Amino acid sequence: MGNVLLQYATVLILTIFVGTEIIAKVPSILHTPLMSGSNAIHGVILVGSMLILGSANTNLEEVLGFLAVLLATLNVVGGFVVTDRMLEMFKTKPKAAVKKTDEVAQ
Amino acid sequence: MSRETLIDLLYLFSATTFILALKGLGSPKHARQGNGIAAFGMLVAIVATFFKYVDGHALHHVWLILLAMFIGVIIAVPTARFVKMTAMPQLVAIFNGVGGGAAALVSITEFVHIKATHPATYVTLEVLLGVLIGTVSFSGSAIAFAKLQELMTGRPVTYPGQQVLNGIFGAGALALIVTILVTNSSALLWVLLALAFILGVAFVLPIGGADVPVLISLLNAFTGLAVAASGFTLGSNLLIVAGTLVGASGILLTRMMSKAMGRSLSNVLFSAFGSNITATGDGNREDGRTVRSGSPEDAGVLMNYASRVVIIPGYGLAVAQAQHVVRELAEQLEAKGIEVFFAIHPVAGRMPGHMNVLLAEANVPYEQLLELDEANSELQTADVALVVGANDTVNPAAKDDKDSPIYGMPIISADLAENVLFLKRSMRPGFAGIENELLYNPKTMLIFGDAKDTLTKILATVKGA
Repeated sequence: MGNVLLQYATVLILTIFVGTEIIAKVPSILHTPLMSGSNAIHGVILVGSMLILGSANTNLEEVLGFLAVLLATLNVVGGFVVTDRMLEMFKTKPKAAVKKTDEVAQ
Repeated sequence: MSRETLIDLLYLFSATTFILALKGLGSPKHARQGNGIAAFGMLVAIVATFFKYVDGHALHHVWLILLAMFIGVIIAVPTARFVKMTAMPQLVAIFNGVGGGAAALVSITEFVHIKATHPATYVTLEVLLGVLIGTVSFSGSAIAFAKLQELMTGRPVTYPGQQVLNGIFGAGALALIVTILVTNSSALLWVLLALAFILGVAFVLPIGGADVPVLISLLNAFTGLAVAASGFTLGSNLLIVAGTLVGASGILLTRMMSKAMGRSLSNVLFSAFGSNITATGDGNREDGRTVRSGSPEDAGVLMNYASRVVIIPGYGLAVAQAQHVVRELAEQLEAKGIEVFFAIHPVAGRMPGHMNVLLAEANVPYEQLLELDEANSELQTADVALVVGANDTVNPAAKDDKDSPIYGMPIISADLAENVLFLKRSMRPGFAGIENELLYNPKTMLIFGDAKDTLTKILATVKGA
Protein backbone atom coordinates (compact mmCIF):
# COMPACT_ATOMS: atom_id res chain seq x y z
CA MET A 1 0.00 0.00 0.00
CA GLY A 2 2.81 2.37 0.94
CA ASN A 3 4.46 1.72 -2.43
CA VAL A 4 1.33 2.72 -4.30
CA LEU A 5 1.21 6.00 -2.40
CA LEU A 6 4.85 6.62 -3.27
CA GLN A 7 4.15 5.95 -6.94
CA TYR A 8 1.30 8.50 -6.95
CA ALA A 9 3.49 11.03 -5.15
CA THR A 10 6.16 10.55 -7.82
CA VAL A 11 3.66 11.27 -10.57
CA LEU A 12 2.43 14.32 -8.65
CA ILE A 13 5.88 15.84 -8.17
CA LEU A 14 7.01 15.23 -11.76
CA THR A 15 3.78 16.69 -13.11
CA ILE A 16 4.24 19.85 -11.05
CA PHE A 17 7.59 20.41 -12.76
CA VAL A 18 6.36 19.56 -16.26
CA GLY A 19 3.28 21.76 -15.80
CA THR A 20 5.23 24.74 -14.51
CA GLU A 21 7.77 24.49 -17.35
CA ILE A 22 5.14 24.37 -20.09
CA ILE A 23 2.81 26.96 -18.67
CA ALA A 24 5.57 29.50 -18.09
CA LYS A 25 5.99 29.51 -21.89
CA VAL A 26 2.38 30.49 -22.62
CA PRO A 27 2.33 34.12 -23.84
CA SER A 28 0.04 36.50 -22.00
CA ILE A 29 -2.18 37.00 -25.05
CA LEU A 30 -3.30 33.38 -24.61
CA HIS A 31 -3.90 33.48 -20.87
CA THR A 32 -7.69 33.37 -21.17
CA PRO A 33 -7.66 30.30 -23.45
CA LEU A 34 -5.10 28.78 -21.04
CA MET A 35 -7.54 29.21 -18.18
CA SER A 36 -10.54 27.85 -20.03
CA GLY A 37 -8.46 25.06 -21.59
CA SER A 38 -7.03 23.94 -18.26
CA ASN A 39 -10.54 24.30 -16.92
CA ALA A 40 -11.68 21.74 -19.48
CA ILE A 41 -8.80 19.44 -18.52
CA HIS A 42 -9.83 19.28 -14.87
CA GLY A 43 -13.17 18.10 -16.23
CA VAL A 44 -11.42 14.72 -16.33
CA ILE A 45 -13.08 14.36 -12.92
CA LEU A 46 -15.84 12.94 -15.14
CA VAL A 47 -13.84 9.71 -15.24
CA GLY A 48 -13.86 9.62 -11.44
CA SER A 49 -17.56 10.48 -11.35
CA MET A 50 -18.37 7.60 -13.73
CA LEU A 51 -16.49 5.16 -11.51
CA ILE A 52 -18.35 6.47 -8.45
CA LEU A 53 -21.80 6.17 -10.02
CA GLY A 54 -20.85 2.90 -11.67
CA SER A 55 -20.04 1.31 -8.31
CA ALA A 56 -22.82 2.91 -6.26
CA ASN A 57 -24.60 0.52 -3.87
CA THR A 58 -27.02 2.77 -2.01
CA ASN A 59 -29.53 5.42 -3.05
CA LEU A 60 -27.40 8.13 -1.48
CA GLU A 61 -24.38 7.07 -3.54
CA GLU A 62 -26.50 6.95 -6.67
CA VAL A 63 -27.82 10.47 -6.19
CA LEU A 64 -24.39 11.92 -5.39
CA GLY A 65 -22.81 10.01 -8.27
CA PHE A 66 -25.47 11.14 -10.75
CA LEU A 67 -24.94 14.78 -9.73
CA ALA A 68 -21.17 14.34 -10.03
CA VAL A 69 -21.42 12.96 -13.58
CA LEU A 70 -23.79 15.78 -14.58
CA LEU A 71 -21.58 18.55 -13.17
CA ALA A 72 -18.39 17.01 -14.58
CA THR A 73 -19.96 16.74 -18.05
CA LEU A 74 -20.89 20.43 -17.94
CA ASN A 75 -17.29 21.18 -17.00
CA VAL A 76 -15.62 19.08 -19.66
CA VAL A 77 -17.91 19.75 -22.62
CA GLY A 78 -18.41 23.46 -21.91
CA GLY A 79 -14.70 23.91 -21.31
CA PHE A 80 -13.52 22.40 -24.59
CA VAL A 81 -16.23 24.02 -26.71
CA VAL A 82 -15.64 27.52 -25.40
CA THR A 83 -11.86 27.20 -25.68
CA ASP A 84 -12.15 26.09 -29.29
CA ARG A 85 -14.44 29.00 -30.07
CA MET A 86 -11.98 31.42 -28.53
CA LEU A 87 -8.87 30.05 -30.22
CA GLU A 88 -10.61 30.14 -33.58
CA MET A 89 -10.72 33.94 -33.28
CA PHE A 90 -6.97 34.42 -32.95
CA LYS A 91 -5.94 35.29 -36.47
CA THR A 92 -2.83 36.58 -38.07
CA LYS A 93 -2.71 39.63 -40.31
CA PRO A 94 -4.85 39.12 -43.42
CA LYS A 95 -3.01 39.10 -46.74
CA ALA A 96 -3.69 42.59 -48.19
CA ALA A 97 -7.07 43.77 -49.45
CA VAL A 98 -9.30 41.49 -47.45
CA LYS A 99 -12.77 42.95 -46.84
CA LYS A 100 -11.77 46.58 -46.64
CA THR A 101 -15.40 47.52 -46.99
CA ASP A 102 -16.98 45.73 -44.06
CA GLU A 103 -18.99 48.15 -42.02
CA VAL A 104 -18.73 48.66 -38.31
CA ALA A 105 -20.02 45.37 -36.99
CA GLN A 106 -23.22 45.64 -34.96
CA MET B 1 -2.67 -7.86 -22.61
CA SER B 2 -5.22 -7.69 -19.83
CA ARG B 3 -8.22 -5.40 -19.96
CA GLU B 4 -6.90 -3.27 -17.08
CA THR B 5 -3.52 -2.74 -18.72
CA LEU B 6 -5.14 -1.68 -21.97
CA ILE B 7 -7.35 0.83 -20.17
CA ASP B 8 -4.36 2.20 -18.26
CA LEU B 9 -2.48 2.60 -21.54
CA LEU B 10 -5.38 4.56 -22.98
CA TYR B 11 -5.38 6.74 -19.86
CA LEU B 12 -1.66 7.36 -20.38
CA PHE B 13 -2.46 8.45 -23.93
CA SER B 14 -5.08 10.89 -22.60
CA ALA B 15 -2.69 12.36 -20.04
CA THR B 16 -0.18 12.93 -22.84
CA THR B 17 -2.73 14.78 -24.96
CA PHE B 18 -3.45 17.13 -22.04
CA ILE B 19 0.23 18.02 -21.82
CA LEU B 20 0.37 18.53 -25.60
CA ALA B 21 -2.63 20.87 -25.42
CA LEU B 22 -0.91 23.08 -22.87
CA LYS B 23 2.25 23.01 -24.97
CA GLY B 24 0.23 24.05 -28.02
CA LEU B 25 -0.82 27.19 -26.17
CA GLY B 26 2.76 28.40 -26.54
CA SER B 27 1.73 30.15 -29.75
CA PRO B 28 -1.61 31.16 -31.28
CA LYS B 29 -0.74 29.10 -34.37
CA HIS B 30 -0.94 25.65 -32.78
CA ALA B 31 -3.23 26.43 -29.89
CA ARG B 32 -6.51 25.38 -31.50
CA GLN B 33 -5.07 22.12 -32.76
CA GLY B 34 -3.77 21.35 -29.26
CA ASN B 35 -7.17 21.93 -27.75
CA GLY B 36 -8.71 19.55 -30.28
CA ILE B 37 -6.15 16.87 -29.43
CA ALA B 38 -6.93 17.18 -25.72
CA ALA B 39 -10.66 16.94 -26.41
CA PHE B 40 -10.00 13.72 -28.33
CA GLY B 41 -7.83 12.41 -25.48
CA MET B 42 -10.65 13.17 -23.06
CA LEU B 43 -13.11 11.26 -25.24
CA VAL B 44 -10.79 8.26 -25.31
CA ALA B 45 -10.54 8.31 -21.51
CA ILE B 46 -14.31 8.50 -21.10
CA VAL B 47 -15.01 5.66 -23.52
CA ALA B 48 -12.31 3.50 -21.92
CA THR B 49 -13.85 4.07 -18.49
CA PHE B 50 -17.10 2.41 -19.60
CA PHE B 51 -15.14 -0.85 -19.93
CA LYS B 52 -13.45 -0.61 -16.56
CA TYR B 53 -14.09 -3.07 -13.71
CA VAL B 54 -14.62 -1.65 -10.24
CA ASP B 55 -14.52 -3.92 -7.16
CA GLY B 56 -14.29 -6.88 -9.52
CA HIS B 57 -17.33 -6.26 -11.73
CA ALA B 58 -18.35 -4.09 -14.67
CA LEU B 59 -19.88 -0.63 -14.13
CA HIS B 60 -23.47 -0.54 -12.90
CA HIS B 61 -25.96 2.14 -13.84
CA VAL B 62 -24.58 2.64 -17.35
CA TRP B 63 -27.90 4.13 -18.49
CA LEU B 64 -27.90 6.49 -15.54
CA ILE B 65 -24.38 7.62 -16.47
CA LEU B 66 -25.41 8.20 -20.07
CA LEU B 67 -28.51 10.11 -18.97
CA ALA B 68 -26.48 12.44 -16.72
CA MET B 69 -23.99 12.99 -19.56
CA PHE B 70 -26.78 13.68 -22.02
CA ILE B 71 -28.30 16.34 -19.76
CA GLY B 72 -24.86 17.86 -19.26
CA VAL B 73 -24.17 18.10 -22.99
CA ILE B 74 -27.61 19.60 -23.70
CA ILE B 75 -26.91 22.39 -21.21
CA ALA B 76 -23.19 22.95 -21.84
CA VAL B 77 -22.96 23.15 -25.63
CA PRO B 78 -25.41 26.00 -26.28
CA THR B 79 -24.12 27.91 -23.24
CA ALA B 80 -20.53 27.66 -24.42
CA ARG B 81 -21.38 28.46 -28.03
CA PHE B 82 -23.49 31.54 -27.52
CA VAL B 83 -22.09 33.32 -24.49
CA LYS B 84 -20.62 36.76 -25.22
CA MET B 85 -16.86 37.17 -25.01
CA THR B 86 -17.31 39.91 -22.39
CA ALA B 87 -19.08 37.31 -20.25
CA MET B 88 -16.19 34.83 -20.58
CA PRO B 89 -14.94 35.31 -16.98
CA GLN B 90 -18.36 34.39 -15.55
CA LEU B 91 -18.55 31.34 -17.76
CA VAL B 92 -15.08 30.13 -16.78
CA ALA B 93 -16.03 30.75 -13.12
CA ILE B 94 -19.17 28.64 -13.43
CA PHE B 95 -17.50 25.76 -15.32
CA ASN B 96 -14.74 25.85 -12.75
CA GLY B 97 -17.28 25.78 -9.91
CA VAL B 98 -19.13 22.74 -11.26
CA GLY B 99 -15.79 20.95 -11.70
CA GLY B 100 -14.95 21.66 -8.06
CA GLY B 101 -18.42 20.51 -7.05
CA ALA B 102 -17.99 17.25 -8.99
CA ALA B 103 -14.61 16.63 -7.33
CA ALA B 104 -16.15 17.22 -3.89
CA LEU B 105 -19.05 14.85 -4.69
CA VAL B 106 -16.64 12.16 -5.86
CA SER B 107 -14.69 12.46 -2.61
CA ILE B 108 -17.83 12.41 -0.41
CA THR B 109 -19.28 9.39 -2.19
CA GLU B 110 -15.99 7.57 -1.98
CA PHE B 111 -15.91 8.23 1.78
CA VAL B 112 -19.43 6.82 2.22
CA HIS B 113 -18.46 3.88 0.02
CA ILE B 114 -15.23 2.86 1.74
CA LYS B 115 -16.07 3.82 5.33
CA ALA B 116 -17.14 0.27 6.21
CA THR B 117 -13.73 -1.10 5.17
CA HIS B 118 -11.90 1.07 7.74
CA PRO B 119 -9.54 2.72 5.26
CA ALA B 120 -6.01 3.78 6.17
CA THR B 121 -5.66 7.27 7.67
CA TYR B 122 -3.97 8.70 4.59
CA VAL B 123 -6.86 7.56 2.38
CA THR B 124 -9.34 9.38 4.63
CA LEU B 125 -7.10 12.45 4.60
CA GLU B 126 -7.09 12.53 0.78
CA VAL B 127 -10.87 12.25 0.77
CA LEU B 128 -11.31 15.06 3.28
CA LEU B 129 -8.92 17.37 1.42
CA GLY B 130 -10.84 16.66 -1.79
CA VAL B 131 -14.11 17.58 -0.05
CA LEU B 132 -12.70 20.75 1.51
CA ILE B 133 -10.91 22.15 -1.56
CA GLY B 134 -13.59 21.11 -4.05
CA THR B 135 -16.37 22.67 -2.00
CA VAL B 136 -14.48 25.93 -1.38
CA SER B 137 -13.90 26.12 -5.13
CA PHE B 138 -17.59 25.45 -5.81
CA SER B 139 -19.06 28.08 -3.47
CA GLY B 140 -16.24 30.57 -4.13
CA SER B 141 -16.83 30.30 -7.88
CA ALA B 142 -20.55 30.79 -7.33
CA ILE B 143 -19.91 34.10 -5.54
CA ALA B 144 -17.34 35.15 -8.16
CA PHE B 145 -19.97 34.40 -10.81
CA ALA B 146 -22.56 36.52 -8.95
CA LYS B 147 -20.10 39.41 -8.75
CA LEU B 148 -19.11 39.24 -12.41
CA GLN B 149 -22.68 38.80 -13.63
CA GLU B 150 -23.56 41.82 -11.46
CA LEU B 151 -26.11 39.86 -9.50
CA MET B 152 -24.42 41.51 -6.52
CA THR B 153 -22.06 44.46 -6.02
CA GLY B 154 -18.59 44.20 -7.55
CA ARG B 155 -17.13 46.24 -4.70
CA PRO B 156 -15.61 44.36 -1.76
CA VAL B 157 -18.23 43.26 0.79
CA THR B 158 -16.86 43.89 4.27
CA TYR B 159 -18.22 43.63 7.79
CA PRO B 160 -16.65 44.04 11.23
CA GLY B 161 -14.50 41.15 12.39
CA GLN B 162 -14.40 39.67 8.89
CA GLN B 163 -10.75 38.63 8.98
CA VAL B 164 -11.10 37.05 12.43
CA LEU B 165 -14.26 35.20 11.41
CA ASN B 166 -12.61 33.88 8.22
CA GLY B 167 -9.66 32.75 10.32
CA ILE B 168 -12.04 30.88 12.61
CA PHE B 169 -13.77 29.19 9.64
CA GLY B 170 -10.41 28.08 8.25
CA ALA B 171 -9.09 26.82 11.58
CA GLY B 172 -12.44 25.14 12.26
CA ALA B 173 -12.26 23.23 8.98
CA LEU B 174 -8.76 21.96 9.76
CA ALA B 175 -9.80 20.96 13.32
CA LEU B 176 -12.76 19.06 11.87
CA ILE B 177 -10.49 17.19 9.48
CA VAL B 178 -8.31 16.05 12.38
CA THR B 179 -11.38 15.01 14.37
CA ILE B 180 -12.79 12.98 11.48
CA LEU B 181 -9.42 11.30 10.97
CA VAL B 182 -9.46 10.19 14.61
CA THR B 183 -13.14 9.25 14.96
CA ASN B 184 -13.90 8.17 11.36
CA SER B 185 -17.33 9.77 11.81
CA SER B 186 -19.44 10.27 8.69
CA ALA B 187 -21.85 12.64 10.48
CA LEU B 188 -19.00 15.11 10.90
CA LEU B 189 -18.26 14.85 7.17
CA TRP B 190 -21.51 16.71 6.47
CA VAL B 191 -20.50 19.38 8.98
CA LEU B 192 -17.18 19.74 7.13
CA LEU B 193 -19.05 20.06 3.86
CA ALA B 194 -21.23 22.87 5.25
CA LEU B 195 -18.26 24.66 6.79
CA ALA B 196 -16.26 24.43 3.53
CA PHE B 197 -19.23 25.91 1.69
CA ILE B 198 -19.40 28.88 4.08
CA LEU B 199 -15.62 29.29 3.91
CA GLY B 200 -15.71 29.61 0.12
CA VAL B 201 -18.39 32.30 0.28
CA ALA B 202 -16.76 34.24 3.12
CA PHE B 203 -13.36 34.10 1.42
CA VAL B 204 -14.57 35.60 -1.87
CA LEU B 205 -16.93 38.30 -0.51
CA PRO B 206 -14.23 40.86 0.43
CA ILE B 207 -12.42 40.58 -2.95
CA GLY B 208 -13.22 43.52 -5.25
CA GLY B 209 -14.06 43.37 -8.95
CA ALA B 210 -10.64 44.58 -10.11
CA ASP B 211 -8.96 41.69 -8.31
CA VAL B 212 -11.17 39.07 -9.91
CA PRO B 213 -8.51 38.02 -12.49
CA VAL B 214 -6.35 36.81 -9.59
CA LEU B 215 -9.28 35.19 -7.84
CA ILE B 216 -10.43 33.23 -10.89
CA SER B 217 -7.01 31.77 -11.53
CA LEU B 218 -6.72 30.81 -7.86
CA LEU B 219 -10.11 29.06 -7.87
CA ASN B 220 -9.05 27.22 -11.04
CA ALA B 221 -5.98 25.99 -9.18
CA PHE B 222 -8.20 24.85 -6.28
CA THR B 223 -10.36 22.71 -8.54
CA GLY B 224 -7.24 21.20 -10.09
CA LEU B 225 -5.92 20.27 -6.67
CA ALA B 226 -9.28 18.81 -5.62
CA VAL B 227 -9.23 16.64 -8.76
CA ALA B 228 -5.68 15.52 -7.96
CA ALA B 229 -6.81 14.60 -4.43
CA SER B 230 -9.65 12.49 -5.89
CA GLY B 231 -7.03 10.87 -8.12
CA PHE B 232 -5.14 9.72 -5.02
CA THR B 233 -8.33 8.31 -3.50
CA LEU B 234 -9.48 6.49 -6.62
CA GLY B 235 -5.96 5.38 -7.51
CA SER B 236 -5.99 7.11 -10.88
CA ASN B 237 -2.78 8.47 -12.38
CA LEU B 238 -4.84 10.22 -15.05
CA LEU B 239 -6.71 12.31 -12.48
CA ILE B 240 -3.50 13.07 -10.61
CA VAL B 241 -1.71 14.26 -13.77
CA ALA B 242 -4.63 16.33 -15.07
CA GLY B 243 -5.46 17.84 -11.69
CA THR B 244 -1.85 18.72 -10.95
CA LEU B 245 -1.33 20.32 -14.37
CA VAL B 246 -4.31 22.57 -13.73
CA GLY B 247 -3.21 23.25 -10.17
CA ALA B 248 0.27 24.28 -11.34
CA SER B 249 -1.14 26.44 -14.13
CA GLY B 250 -3.60 28.15 -11.79
CA ILE B 251 -0.98 28.90 -9.15
CA LEU B 252 1.49 30.23 -11.73
CA LEU B 253 -1.14 32.50 -13.29
CA THR B 254 -2.22 33.69 -9.86
CA ARG B 255 1.34 34.75 -9.10
CA MET B 256 1.76 36.44 -12.49
CA MET B 257 -1.46 38.39 -12.00
CA SER B 258 -0.60 39.62 -8.53
CA LYS B 259 2.82 40.63 -9.82
CA ALA B 260 1.16 42.54 -12.67
CA MET B 261 -0.73 44.49 -10.04
CA GLY B 262 2.39 45.10 -7.98
CA ARG B 263 0.80 43.53 -4.93
CA SER B 264 1.33 40.40 -2.93
CA LEU B 265 -1.18 37.58 -3.16
CA SER B 266 -2.18 38.04 0.48
CA ASN B 267 -2.80 41.73 -0.17
CA VAL B 268 -5.08 40.83 -3.07
CA LEU B 269 -6.99 38.23 -1.10
CA PHE B 270 -7.33 39.85 2.30
CA SER B 271 -7.15 43.64 1.99
CA ALA B 272 -10.61 44.35 0.46
CA PHE B 273 -8.82 46.57 -2.09
CA GLY B 274 -10.95 49.28 -3.68
CA SER B 275 -13.26 49.86 -0.72
CA ASN B 276 -11.73 53.30 -0.04
CA ILE B 277 -12.49 55.90 -2.66
CA THR B 278 -10.25 58.94 -2.27
CA ALA B 279 -10.69 60.70 -5.61
CA THR B 280 -13.31 63.46 -5.76
CA GLY B 281 -14.04 62.96 -9.42
CA ASP B 282 -15.06 66.59 -10.11
CA GLY B 283 -11.88 67.69 -11.87
CA ASN B 284 -11.14 70.47 -9.36
CA ARG B 285 -7.97 70.14 -7.39
CA GLU B 286 -6.57 72.01 -4.44
CA ASP B 287 -3.47 73.07 -6.37
CA GLY B 288 -5.67 74.64 -9.03
CA ARG B 289 -4.47 72.47 -11.94
CA THR B 290 -7.15 71.70 -14.43
CA VAL B 291 -7.65 69.26 -17.23
CA ARG B 292 -7.56 70.14 -20.92
CA SER B 293 -10.43 68.79 -22.93
CA GLY B 294 -10.96 68.62 -26.67
CA SER B 295 -13.36 67.35 -29.31
CA PRO B 296 -13.21 64.07 -31.20
CA GLU B 297 -12.41 66.11 -34.34
CA ASP B 298 -9.29 67.56 -32.63
CA ALA B 299 -8.26 64.01 -31.82
CA GLY B 300 -8.82 62.85 -35.40
CA VAL B 301 -6.70 65.67 -36.80
CA LEU B 302 -3.93 64.96 -34.32
CA MET B 303 -3.84 61.30 -35.32
CA ASN B 304 -3.79 62.12 -38.99
CA TYR B 305 -0.45 63.85 -38.49
CA ALA B 306 1.03 61.05 -36.41
CA SER B 307 3.35 58.42 -37.75
CA ARG B 308 2.96 56.03 -34.84
CA VAL B 309 -0.11 55.50 -32.67
CA VAL B 310 -0.39 53.23 -29.64
CA ILE B 311 -3.91 52.37 -28.49
CA ILE B 312 -4.27 51.47 -24.82
CA PRO B 313 -7.58 49.67 -24.27
CA GLY B 314 -9.15 48.84 -20.93
CA TYR B 315 -12.24 46.97 -19.89
CA GLY B 316 -14.31 50.15 -20.44
CA LEU B 317 -13.76 49.61 -24.17
CA ALA B 318 -15.59 46.29 -24.00
CA VAL B 319 -18.34 47.70 -21.80
CA ALA B 320 -18.97 50.37 -24.45
CA GLN B 321 -18.96 47.63 -27.15
CA ALA B 322 -16.35 49.67 -29.02
CA GLN B 323 -13.94 46.86 -30.07
CA HIS B 324 -15.10 46.86 -33.67
CA VAL B 325 -14.92 50.64 -34.08
CA VAL B 326 -11.44 50.72 -32.61
CA ARG B 327 -10.33 47.99 -35.02
CA GLU B 328 -11.73 49.97 -37.93
CA LEU B 329 -9.93 53.08 -36.74
CA ALA B 330 -6.69 51.10 -36.56
CA GLU B 331 -7.20 49.79 -40.10
CA GLN B 332 -7.95 53.28 -41.40
CA LEU B 333 -4.80 54.70 -39.82
CA GLU B 334 -2.70 51.85 -41.19
CA ALA B 335 -4.09 52.45 -44.67
CA LYS B 336 -2.61 55.93 -44.38
CA GLY B 337 0.79 54.47 -43.55
CA ILE B 338 0.55 55.15 -39.82
CA GLU B 339 1.91 52.42 -37.56
CA VAL B 340 -0.66 51.19 -35.02
CA PHE B 341 -0.18 48.97 -31.97
CA PHE B 342 -2.37 47.92 -29.08
CA ALA B 343 -0.76 48.00 -25.65
CA ILE B 344 -2.36 45.44 -23.37
CA HIS B 345 -1.87 45.48 -19.63
CA PRO B 346 -1.87 41.96 -18.13
CA VAL B 347 -4.79 42.75 -15.83
CA ALA B 348 -6.89 44.63 -18.40
CA GLY B 349 -10.31 43.00 -18.42
CA ARG B 350 -11.88 40.67 -15.92
CA MET B 351 -9.65 37.62 -16.26
CA PRO B 352 -6.04 37.00 -17.30
CA GLY B 353 -5.63 37.85 -21.00
CA HIS B 354 -9.27 38.87 -21.38
CA MET B 355 -8.59 42.02 -23.44
CA ASN B 356 -6.65 40.00 -26.04
CA VAL B 357 -9.66 37.76 -26.58
CA LEU B 358 -12.00 40.73 -26.93
CA LEU B 359 -9.75 42.30 -29.57
CA ALA B 360 -9.22 38.99 -31.36
CA GLU B 361 -12.99 38.70 -31.59
CA ALA B 362 -13.04 42.09 -33.32
CA ASN B 363 -10.50 40.71 -35.86
CA VAL B 364 -7.47 42.63 -34.63
CA PRO B 365 -4.49 40.51 -35.81
CA TYR B 366 -2.54 39.23 -32.84
CA GLU B 367 0.78 40.64 -34.12
CA GLN B 368 -0.54 44.08 -33.22
CA LEU B 369 -1.14 43.19 -29.58
CA LEU B 370 1.84 44.17 -27.44
CA GLU B 371 2.66 43.01 -23.94
CA LEU B 372 3.66 45.50 -21.27
CA ASP B 373 7.42 45.74 -21.89
CA GLU B 374 7.20 45.85 -25.67
CA ALA B 375 4.44 48.43 -25.37
CA ASN B 376 6.49 50.73 -23.18
CA SER B 377 9.42 50.68 -25.56
CA GLU B 378 7.13 51.45 -28.53
CA LEU B 379 5.55 54.29 -26.58
CA GLN B 380 8.86 56.12 -26.30
CA THR B 381 8.75 56.86 -30.01
CA ALA B 382 4.97 57.14 -30.38
CA ASP B 383 3.30 60.39 -31.42
CA VAL B 384 -0.06 59.56 -29.93
CA ALA B 385 -1.16 57.30 -27.08
CA LEU B 386 -4.91 56.74 -27.25
CA VAL B 387 -6.31 55.59 -23.89
CA VAL B 388 -9.77 54.03 -24.22
CA GLY B 389 -11.58 52.69 -21.18
CA ALA B 390 -8.40 52.20 -19.16
CA ASN B 391 -7.51 54.20 -16.07
CA ASP B 392 -5.58 52.64 -13.19
CA THR B 393 -3.27 50.75 -15.57
CA VAL B 394 -1.90 54.04 -16.98
CA ASN B 395 -1.77 55.94 -13.68
CA PRO B 396 1.76 57.33 -13.15
CA ALA B 397 1.13 57.36 -9.39
CA ALA B 398 2.14 53.69 -9.54
CA LYS B 399 5.66 54.89 -10.38
CA ASP B 400 5.94 58.23 -8.54
CA ASP B 401 3.67 58.31 -5.51
CA LYS B 402 4.91 56.15 -2.64
CA ASP B 403 1.67 56.71 -0.71
CA SER B 404 -0.59 55.58 -3.52
CA PRO B 405 -2.37 52.26 -2.97
CA ILE B 406 -1.29 51.16 -6.44
CA TYR B 407 2.38 52.14 -5.91
CA GLY B 408 4.64 49.49 -7.42
CA MET B 409 2.16 48.22 -10.01
CA PRO B 410 3.83 47.96 -13.43
CA ILE B 411 1.92 50.36 -15.71
CA ILE B 412 1.70 51.20 -19.38
CA SER B 413 3.61 54.49 -19.56
CA ALA B 414 1.24 56.42 -21.80
CA ASP B 415 2.97 59.62 -20.66
CA LEU B 416 6.07 58.63 -22.67
CA ALA B 417 4.26 59.40 -25.92
CA GLU B 418 4.33 62.86 -27.49
CA ASN B 419 0.56 63.34 -26.99
CA VAL B 420 -1.97 61.50 -24.87
CA LEU B 421 -5.61 61.28 -25.91
CA PHE B 422 -7.71 60.12 -22.97
CA LEU B 423 -11.23 58.98 -23.80
CA LYS B 424 -13.39 59.11 -20.71
CA ARG B 425 -17.05 59.06 -19.84
CA SER B 426 -16.60 61.40 -16.86
CA MET B 427 -13.99 62.39 -14.29
CA ARG B 428 -14.94 59.38 -12.18
CA PRO B 429 -11.96 57.39 -10.88
CA GLY B 430 -11.15 53.80 -11.89
CA PHE B 431 -11.54 50.65 -9.82
CA ALA B 432 -8.81 51.56 -7.35
CA GLY B 433 -10.82 54.69 -6.48
CA ILE B 434 -7.88 57.09 -6.77
CA GLU B 435 -7.06 60.23 -8.73
CA ASN B 436 -5.14 59.80 -12.00
CA GLU B 437 -2.26 62.25 -12.37
CA LEU B 438 -2.09 61.58 -16.12
CA LEU B 439 -5.37 63.48 -16.63
CA TYR B 440 -3.66 66.70 -15.45
CA ASN B 441 -0.53 66.21 -17.56
CA PRO B 442 -0.12 69.10 -20.06
CA LYS B 443 0.42 66.48 -22.82
CA THR B 444 -3.02 65.03 -22.18
CA MET B 445 -6.18 65.96 -24.00
CA LEU B 446 -9.41 64.58 -22.57
CA ILE B 447 -12.31 63.71 -24.79
CA PHE B 448 -15.47 63.19 -22.79
CA GLY B 449 -18.28 60.94 -23.92
CA ASP B 450 -19.22 57.36 -24.63
CA ALA B 451 -16.20 55.52 -26.03
CA LYS B 452 -18.06 54.11 -29.02
CA ASP B 453 -19.56 57.50 -30.00
CA THR B 454 -16.26 59.29 -29.62
CA LEU B 455 -14.34 56.68 -31.60
CA THR B 456 -16.94 56.77 -34.38
CA LYS B 457 -16.49 60.54 -34.64
CA ILE B 458 -12.70 60.27 -34.59
CA LEU B 459 -12.94 57.65 -37.33
CA ALA B 460 -15.10 59.97 -39.46
CA THR B 461 -12.52 62.76 -39.12
CA VAL B 462 -9.64 60.44 -40.02
CA LYS B 463 -11.54 59.13 -43.04
CA GLY B 464 -12.50 62.61 -44.20
CA ALA B 465 -9.00 64.07 -44.06
